[in-house]
Amino acid sequence: MSSLVIKNLRVGVETDSGLTEILKGVDLTVNSGETHAIMGPNGSGKSTLAYSIAGHPKYTIMGGTVTLDGVDVLEMSVDERAKAGLFLAMQYPVEVPGVSVSNFLRTAATALRGEAPKIRTWVGEVKAAMTKLNMDPAFSERSVNEGFSGGEKKRHEILQLELLKPKIAILDETDSGLDVDALRIVSEGVNRVKAESNIGVLLITHYTRILRYIKPDFVHVFANGHIVEEGGAELADKLEENGYAEYIKS
Amino acid sequence: MSSLTSNLLKHADTPTGREEAWRFTPLKRLAGLHDRETDVVDQPSLFQKSGDQAGFSLKLVAADSVPPISTTDDVIVERIRESVARVTLLEINRNSEVSQPITFNRKNSIDKELSRTVIRAGANSKATVIIENTGGSLIGEEIEIILDSGATLNFVTLQEWENTTVHLARHHAIVGRDATFNSITVSVGGSVVRILPTVEYTGPGASAELLGVYFATDGQHLEHRIHVDHGVPHAKSRVNYKGALAGNQARSVWIGDVFIRAIAEGTDTYELNRNLLLTDGARADSVPNLEIETGEIIGAGHASTTGRFDDEQLFYLMSRGIASEEARRLVIRGFFSEIIGKIGDEIIEERLMSRIDNDLAKVGA
Ligand SMILES: Nc1ncnc2c1ncn2[C@@H]1O[C@H](COP(=O)(O)OP(=O)(O)OP(=O)(O)O)[C@@H](O)[C@H]1O
Ligand SMILES: [Mg+2]
Repeated sequence: MSSLVIKNLRVGVETDSGLTEILKGVDLTVNSGETHAIMGPNGSGKSTLAYSIAGHPKYTIMGGTVTLDGVDVLEMSVDERAKAGLFLAMQYPVEVPGVSVSNFLRTAATALRGEAPKIRTWVGEVKAAMTKLNMDPAFSERSVNEGFSGGEKKRHEILQLELLKPKIAILDETDSGLDVDALRIVSEGVNRVKAESNIGVLLITHYTRILRYIKPDFVHVFANGHIVEEGGAELADKLEENGYAEYIKS
Repeated sequence: MSSLTSNLLKHADTPTGREEAWRFTPLKRLAGLHDRETDVVDQPSLFQKSGDQAGFSLKLVAADSVPPISTTDDVIVERIRESVARVTLLEINRNSEVSQPITFNRKNSIDKELSRTVIRAGANSKATVIIENTGGSLIGEEIEIILDSGATLNFVTLQEWENTTVHLARHHAIVGRDATFNSITVSVGGSVVRILPTVEYTGPGASAELLGVYFATDGQHLEHRIHVDHGVPHAKSRVNYKGALAGNQARSVWIGDVFIRAIAEGTDTYELNRNLLLTDGARADSVPNLEIETGEIIGAGHASTTGRFDDEQLFYLMSRGIASEEARRLVIRGFFSEIIGKIGDEIIEERLMSRIDNDLAKVGA
């Protein structure tokens, strides 16, 4: 049983006019086995929240705390956060030319497991995970994310989720850019990992479509750098109908 | 007068550092190789290390029997031509296909030395020549490479020197009709390495690919001065050099001169240089230079970039648990693999990559 606890988190980015506050006090707790959906207008700070938890150097923590099972996450380096059990499926996965997917996955698995996975079982493990996500095994030999289509990049993120088995996963718009079949395949992947290792999921999305596959226990409305409303799955339907107008006005 | 022809100005005298061709080079560190007052011995230092024995001949011959074919104004080369009495001559038989790479290494003397080599790839031959430069040396070197019509030659030079070495070289290819010259120049070792990879063409349909990587750490000066002279119609050239620099006073110079003469209609050329500055205190100069005397060409382009490490790539790798040093290693290997991966010999490729890893670890980048 793990829990990611975010308290009054305030985060800024350095701009020409100095440090600009983007997250203005976020409170959120994600426990193992729970699925939280975060929905909110463009630019409201959802990715900022995700990146801040993962430790992206661009963001400056201005206040608040983030802990995983009581341990201060904000003190950890980026790789330590992953080792502690955090995973971020990125909205825009980064291309790493010249580094093959297979080398990347194996290096990551070695780092997270503390020892190199046995070559024979590992190759099988990767292949099986790729097959389940309908990925051509040829992707193994391609450079990480280089030239991948938008949907292929997202599948590759979920492939990593399946292989790296974190405690808490943040999925930043993993559903954007997926065709209907891919959406189902990717959702099934997330559900498989949930079923196998009871991870906690923080799902950032603009669409209720994915929530039909991955049932959220909680829905949070994010606007102007913080959570403005919380509810169950029914809140997502309400947002789909009414939009965010009532939250932005204030 | 074109700025390219300044390379062809006659300067028989010792360079002062004010010459265009020498203005980037630390003359004080050349151990006098560039200075006629300094004693330098004549030494054929290349020896075959491995590879086939058939399909070619390898001899040491009198310099008079293989007079230089190309013209040059390079002081070092002039000096080599004046003083070297014996020349290493490698001739690939016409129509023969040498399947194993012909690999050379060097037996250096402790003296300052000058060495001249001629490689002739006979008509329609196919071969790979690899030169492994290791050890400590003070050497001026000229290699002329002549490709007869239809020949394909893969030419790989590996500067894996100890970091005391001074290596001043000209590797000049003369590419004949429908011949293909593929070269890879790797410079990771040496105190001062200054190589002139130059190309001229003697027939249409000729093609040259000049690939290179260099990795300079603390105090190393690695200089590559490419010169491609399109003097015949319908020839092709591709240049792609990638360099990384780390540590105090790490220095690289890349000059990419491509000259398309009026007669060279149908030329197709592109040159690219990318530099990665891994730490403060390192400096990369990159000067692409394209001169075009005819508009009747297929294409001519160049690009040069010098940038810092991509933090987004590091973040992505680290967010998967990979520690920062390992992540940097991966990104740098990835950066170089585009070219090192083309050498086609896994042992060499891994040896170069580990050397880069180790040098990187030493400067703590
Ligand atoms: N370097 C920067 N300078 C100025 N503003 C920035 C900078 N980086 C981010 N921001 C701003 O921070 C805000 C939050 O961005 P973020 O990416 O977190 O939004 P988001 O909720 O994920 O949006 P989307 O739904 O479009 O993905 C945006 O208004 C963005 O313009
Ligand atoms: Mg976003």
